[in-house]
Amino acid sequence: MSWLEKILPSITSVVKKNIPEGLWSKCPKCETTLYEEELKQRFYVCPQCDYHMRISARDRINSFLDPKGRVEIAKDLEAADPLKFKDQKRYKDRYSAAQKTTNEKEALIVKKGTINGMKVVVAAFEFRFMGGSMGSVVGEKFVRATQESIKTKAPLICFSASGGARMQEGLFSLMQMAKTSLAVKLLADNKIPFVSILTDPTMGGVSASFAMLGDIHIAEPNALIGFAGPRVVEQTVGEELPEGFQRSEFLLEKGAIDMIVHRSELTNKVHKILSALCSN
Amino acid sequence: MNLDYLDFEQPIADLEGKIQALSNINDKVDIAKEMETLKSKSDVLTKKIFSSLTDWQISQLARHPRRLCTLDYVGDVFDDFIELHGDRAFADDHAIVGGIANLDGKPVMFIGQQKGTSTREKLKYNFGMPRPEGYRKALRLMKLAEKFSLPVITFIDTPGAYPGIGAEERGQSEAIARNLYEMSTLATPIISVVIGEGGSGGALAIGVADIMIMFEYSIYSVISPEGCASILYKDAGKANIAAESLKLTSSHLKRLGLIDSVIKEPLGGIHRDPEKAKKLLKNTLKLKLKDVTSIPIKKILKNRQEKLLGFGKYKI
Repeated sequence: MSWLEKILPSITSVVKKNIPEGLWSKCPKCETTLYEEELKQRFYVCPQCDYHMRISARDRINSFLDPKGRVEIAKDLEAADPLKFKDQKRYKDRYSAAQKTTNEKEALIVKKGTINGMKVVVAAFEFRFMGGSMGSVVGEKFVRATQESIKTKAPLICFSASGGARMQEGLFSLMQMAKTSLAVKLLADNKIPFVSILTDPTMGGVSASFAMLGDIHIAEPNALIGFAGPRVVEQTVGEELPEGFQRSEFLLEKGAIDMIVHRSELTNKVHKILSALCSN
Repeated sequence: MNLDYLDFEQPIADLEGKIQALSNINDKVDIAKEMETLKSKSDVLTKKIFSSLTDWQISQLARHPRRLCTLDYVGDVFDDFIELHGDRAFADDHAIVGGIANLDGKPVMFIGQQKGTSTREKLKYNFGMPRPEGYRKALRLMKLAEKFSLPVITFIDTPGAYPGIGAEERGQSEAIARNLYEMSTLATPIISVVIGEGGSGGALAIGVADIMIMFEYSIYSVISPEGCASILYKDAGKANIAAESLKLTSSHLKRLGLIDSVIKEPLGGIHRDPEKAKKLLKNTLKLKLKDVTSIPIKKILKNRQEKLLGFGKYKI
């Protein structure tokens, strides 16, 4: 053992003791310890291995839109619990707990603003809010986003991160799939571009509605995207899933998405595409 | 235990077994009276059991081994069904059948999910779980219907879209999404009936309708009771509890304004009187088709749009 290896463990343990909570975090993939402030500046992409970590809806929108002139849309909508749903916990309680931990009212945030000076409407899912699940409010907010797009002739960009429909709202949630799909159709009828950005994870009812109805489909690297969850598929077919199944790279190969784009290049890439689509 | 009956139907099964045994006796005169007594006893018992069904029991009825499947109805409800096959791109998915049919002398486009009854059939129809090519075939037929102004009638009966490797590779999500997108403004009337199980997105993908009908003991849900229980209780065995929470029965959904009408089933459910069930379905469809075809298509599309945009309950 060299002198360096001898003293290394003691050094790391000393460092660990002195870290205040929340200042450092670990990359889930390469396990490198990372400085939170630096991570935030890199939009939560690991500087060591380029792993794209999950990111909050607000950080997402803030990193995507120009700093000036952002206005939030339909920010006060809240769920009504039409089924009085209860499992081990009441939906109401789960809902307020989600509001508390995320500091958000719901799982979808919508803002209008600009990217490189171009007027756009952006919607982003907050995955930490009940798994980014789509209930009545998410559906309604998405529809309001499309309506704002049509009204102001501004392209719509949606960042999906969702486990699917919110079962606590039963069939009301399922119907949001039809509702939001109609909204995308109306957007298309008005010739407003819709860019769907699929981030980790985009599954179930969200993937099987508006997220897969974009004029352009962009995925972040290594995002899980699909209809049925990998565990369900594995149980159904009774065999091991192929390497990289339902990941962005797999979807690109199968023809489901247009491209995979690094998080730091998203704004410029989307701006370029929209500039071309809106040139006439 | 009679495997053709559910556990809560067993007392009825016992009586029916006795009636069956009596009817096998040749000397009809002597047993006529006893047969009558047994039959009325069976009716009373069935009425009693069926007057207080739980949502879980209704879920079981919706998937009853003897419940009629789509193809059991087609020959009796429609005349001259001409089946059309394939999505023109990959394959013909047997889990969705479709074609041109006549209802009461009027041509319609019929599309339905087929589960199958015997094991051999179930394998052929993949237990009614469509793959992307099934949804794309359905869409092809709907666009054909739109082109020639044929009303579309769909029968829903599926545990859900098939969660397989190939299905994911060929874009299960996109196929479902595309159907929702196109159906939302399809310029021809659409009537859908849940005849058994309406399993989530896999059901909705042929169920964006102007008139949404359910058979009394069918179910329609965002997730199966088993799926819900395994997520929320980490135990699929708690499906009975989840079924109560999900409000997936026709009466709940009618009350919540999510469906338009309910077809009352024969005493004891469809499987106890299939012929009556077929007649009830045919009569309902005739009436609804008349209603919907009397409305100008522009008005239908406007109504459909308002209905879809109105789905959801929230607070400001």
